[in-house]
Formats: sequence, structure tokens, C-alpha cells
Amino acid sequence: MKTLRILFSSGKVVFGLSVFLFLFIGSITFTALSSKDPTEMVGNLYDSPSKEYPLGTDNFGRDVLVELIHGIKTSVIVGLSAGILATLIGTIIGTIAGFTGKWVDNVLNSLTNLFLVIPSFVILVLLAVSLQKRSLFLVTMVIGITSWPWTARAVRAQASSLKTREHISMAKLNGKGNLNIMFTEVLPYMLSYIFMVFVIQSAGGILNEAGLSMLGLGPENTISLGVMLSWALNFEAVRTGAWWAFFPAVFSIAVITFSLYLVNIGMDEVFNPRLRK
Amino acid sequence: MPGNPITGIVSKMASGGAPSDVLEKLYNSYIQEFGLDKPLYIQFWDYLVKVLHGDLGVSFSLYPIRVNEILAKALPWTIALQVPSIIIGWLLGNFLGVTAAYKKGKFDSVLFPFSLFISCIPYYCLAIILLYFFGVVLHILPTNGGYSMNLVPSFSISFILDVLKHYFLPFLSIVLVTIGGQAVGMREMSIYELNTDYVNYSKSLGIKESKIIRYVFRNAMLPQITGLALSLGTMVGGALIVEIVFSYPGVGTWLFNGIRQQDYPLIQGGTLLVTMAVLTANFFIDIIYSFVDPRIKASQIEE
Repeated sequence: MKTLRILFSSGKVVFGLSVFLFLFIGSITFTALSSKDPTEMVGNLYDSPSKEYPLGTDNFGRDVLVELIHGIKTSVIVGLSAGILATLIGTIIGTIAGFTGKWVDNVLNSLTNLFLVIPSFVILVLLAVSLQKRSLFLVTMVIGITSWPWTARAVRAQASSLKTREHISMAKLNGKGNLNIMFTEVLPYMLSYIFMVFVIQSAGGILNEAGLSMLGLGPENTISLGVMLSWALNFEAVRTGAWWAFFPAVFSIAVITFSLYLVNIGMDEVFNPRLRK
Repeated sequence: MPGNPITGIVSKMASGGAPSDVLEKLYNSYIQEFGLDKPLYIQFWDYLVKVLHGDLGVSFSLYPIRVNEILAKALPWTIALQVPSIIIGWLLGNFLGVTAAYKKGKFDSVLFPFSLFISCIPYYCLAIILLYFFGVVLHILPTNGGYSMNLVPSFSISFILDVLKHYFLPFLSIVLVTIGGQAVGMREMSIYELNTDYVNYSKSLGIKESKIIRYVFRNAMLPQITGLALSLGTMVGGALIVEIVFSYPGVGTWLFNGIRQQDYPLIQGGTLLVTMAVLTANFFIDIIYSFVDPRIKASQIEE
């Protein structure tokens, strides 16, 4: 509770979180309550914004505003799920490597470094190309699986510095098992840090989805912000001046990632005494 | 990805109107030429042997052009676009980051949120906006390609000017986003450094501000170099997508074409090339690091 109070004393955290939650919860409620079908064709190719369709229509004559709301929902869900997956894998590998040390650390650390240096973009493309069907779920999995090394590296550093603390030695003297110590003595001390990593990974997940979609490897039969951008690009919205077909998606991606980064920076200032004013 | 690429090649030929038994023969001969009738592990082994001999195979979509040829034409464009823009963006971003951390006040409070916001926009999103604004609304810069279609590549002044005009927008979008990201990271590193003893001592000695900033810059830069090595893959990936936005004739655009047309040899070749390039760049960054930070070399000599 006290941690939460300190957290919310940071303007950056409050602002970032409110923007993010507003967009996320807003889009979920809208899609749950409204019966408007984002794939319904209501107009012609690139109708400019009007009273009825405030953001005009896209290349298939669909209402951009409805699409945008569905897109925000999909992109945020992809980002959060990929973020959870990447954080989970990374935390497990990082904690085990950092806490156990010795040869286990050597093996896991080399593995992490190997995946860090190979551009994850390439692995992402190759995995997505080889998928038979790119459902939303599979694309999310691929993004999560390719972005864990960052988490692993960050968590490992934390875990190995915690290893030498006195309360760990106490727990060892008390005869606690390694697994037990990891869960009760190591992980709780890293929670705030892991959460910060998760926030960044989620932002990264949203960007990765957009990037994949721009390459034509995005989720099929779904509307996400990236898919909207790739349509706009393939159907020449930019060069024909149909700004309403791409600008809302670009702006939403920027605002969502900005709000997540803001939360991360705010948390950093709260938890990191050297940055505290 | 579903669908057999060979069917694509054959159906392209079929549009000329050939009898079906000829098509059947054609299909089989292509399957044999690409080695698709062999078991998967033999195909993979053949591929590895070929790659080690520097042969990336034949493109499906542009048959019979070799992947090597396509990539050899594309690579100079990509290198000329990415290397200068990432280096310049990195240097400018770091410089701005240190200055913001040191000066604080107004400079920082304007620059920091701005760099943060711009660093959250992916390269290709900024590219789309710049393209729309400068190319479509203002009509002052070309909107696609590496040079105008009506010009023949040569070393004439008009051609070089034309290439530069096409170069400017993709370059700017990569530089701006890199500046934003680096400035945010460097600012944080510098705040750490500013609390150290040597900075306080230099201040009390009355050393010039610009000189202290230079000290801080050199120390805070070390983690930034490591950071560059680690994030290079992501940066290059994003920059490749910028090429797609501008239909820039580089590796990214070819990769995109390959994906659209299920041209597996081209996709494999392109991704392999990108991986090798990033690994090579990382290798050089490691070497540079040992020059910038003499402690690394010293510790190795002791061992």
C-alpha cells in the first residue's frame, strides 16, 4: 500500500497510467457495447471526414474511427500479452542464471547474449514467414518469444547482485532450498524492477506488432494499428493525401508507447534514489 | 505461409497460354531445379553448403535472377542510408542528453519530454508523417524511390542532387528517432555521473562548463556504446521498414517484396545478410569500445 502511495505521488506515473488505461478500457468498453462492425463497408475509397464518419473511411470504405478503436484494443492486448510472455521467460531465465551462478549462469548467460546479438527482428520475420496461419494468438506468441533476452539480461544483473545480500545467507543457513529462496527472498525484492521491465516490454510488443504488420506479416483477419498502417501504405493513402487513413493509427501508436514509457520513467525516479529529486 | 511458390512461377508462364502437359513438365523441372523433391534435411544441407560458398540461390519471384545479384544491388543503398543516419543520430542524441542533464532548467524541461515522445514513435511512423508533410502537402521532396525514374544512374551532378533529394526524408526520420532515444538514455547516465566526486571537484576548481560536460560525456558514453551494440538489431530492423515506406531500393524493400511473393530464397538471403551485417557492426563496436575505455584492454593484458 505504501509503495502504491509513493508510486502515485509521481506525476509521470499517474499521467501515463491514466492515458493508457483510458485508451485500453475505453476501447474495450466500446467494442463490447457497440454493435458497429469495423469491417462493414459504409462508404467509398478514402471518403474524407464527415459528420457521420469523423475520421472518414479507409481503402475498403470502412469507418476509420470504429476501426481505430478496435485496432487500439487489439494492439494493446497483443502488447500486454507479449509483454507478459517475454517478462515471464526472461525473469525465469534471469533469476536462475543470476542466483545460481557458476556453470548454469555461464550457459544461460551465453544463450541470452547469443539471442541479444542476433537481431530479434530477423527471428521475428523468419518465424512469422514460416507460420501456416498467422492468427492473433500466434503472432503474439512469436513477439513474446523473440523479446525475452532483454528481460533476462536485466533480471540476471539484479539477481546476481541480490545473491550476496545478508538475508539470503540467513535463509541458506536456515536450510531453505534454492527454489524456496528464489521465490521468497529474491523475487519479491525485484518485483518493482520486473514490473518496470514488463511495462517496457509491452510497449516493445506494440511496436513489434506494428513493424511485423508493415512487412505484411501481421495477424490475419484482425484489425490492429499496424494492420491499419500497412493497408494505408499499400493502398497509397499517404501519396494520395488521405491523412485520416494513417495519421490516427500513427498517433495512437505514439501515444500508447509514450504513456508506457512515461510510467516506466516515473517508476524509475520513484524507486531509484539517485534519480529522486 | 500457405501456397507453393513454384505454382506461382508456372502460372506466370501459363498466362502466355501453354498446354497443360507442358505446364506439368515445367512444374516438375522447376521442382527438380530448386531441389524441392528431396527430403527436407537434404534441402537444408544443400542450402548450407551453398551459403558457405557464398551462393544464396535463385529468386522465386524474379526467376532466373540470383538472390546474390538482387542483394548486391540493394545493399549499397541500405548501407548509405543506415550507417550515417544511425551514427549521426547517436552522436547528436548523446550530446543533447549530456547538455540537458547538465544545464537542467528550461533546456531540459523542453528537450526531455520532446525527445521522449519522439523516441516512442517508431521510425516508420515518423517516416510516414514526414513523407506526407514534405512530399504530399508541401510538394518539395520526392515521395518514393532512390532516384527519379527518368534519370539513368551516373556520376553527373544532376543525378547526385536527385539522389540526395530522395535520401533526405528517410535519413531524417531515422536520425530524429535515434536522437530522441539516445538523448533520453544519455540524460539518465549523465545524471548519475553529475553526482560523482570528480564533477563536484572540477566545479569547485572553477573549470569551464564546456570542459566538465566533456568529462561527463566521456564517462557516460561508455554504457551508451554497449547500449548501441545491443540495440543495433532493433534499430536496423526499424530502419529497414522505413525503406518500405519510401519504396527505397534497399534491402528492406526487397525483403518486403520477397515476403509478399513468398520468395523464400530472397527472404532467407535478406535476413542472413542483415544478421551478418549486425554481427559485423557489433564486432567493430566491441573493438572501438576497447579503444575508448582503456581499462578493458588493461584487464585483458593482465590475464
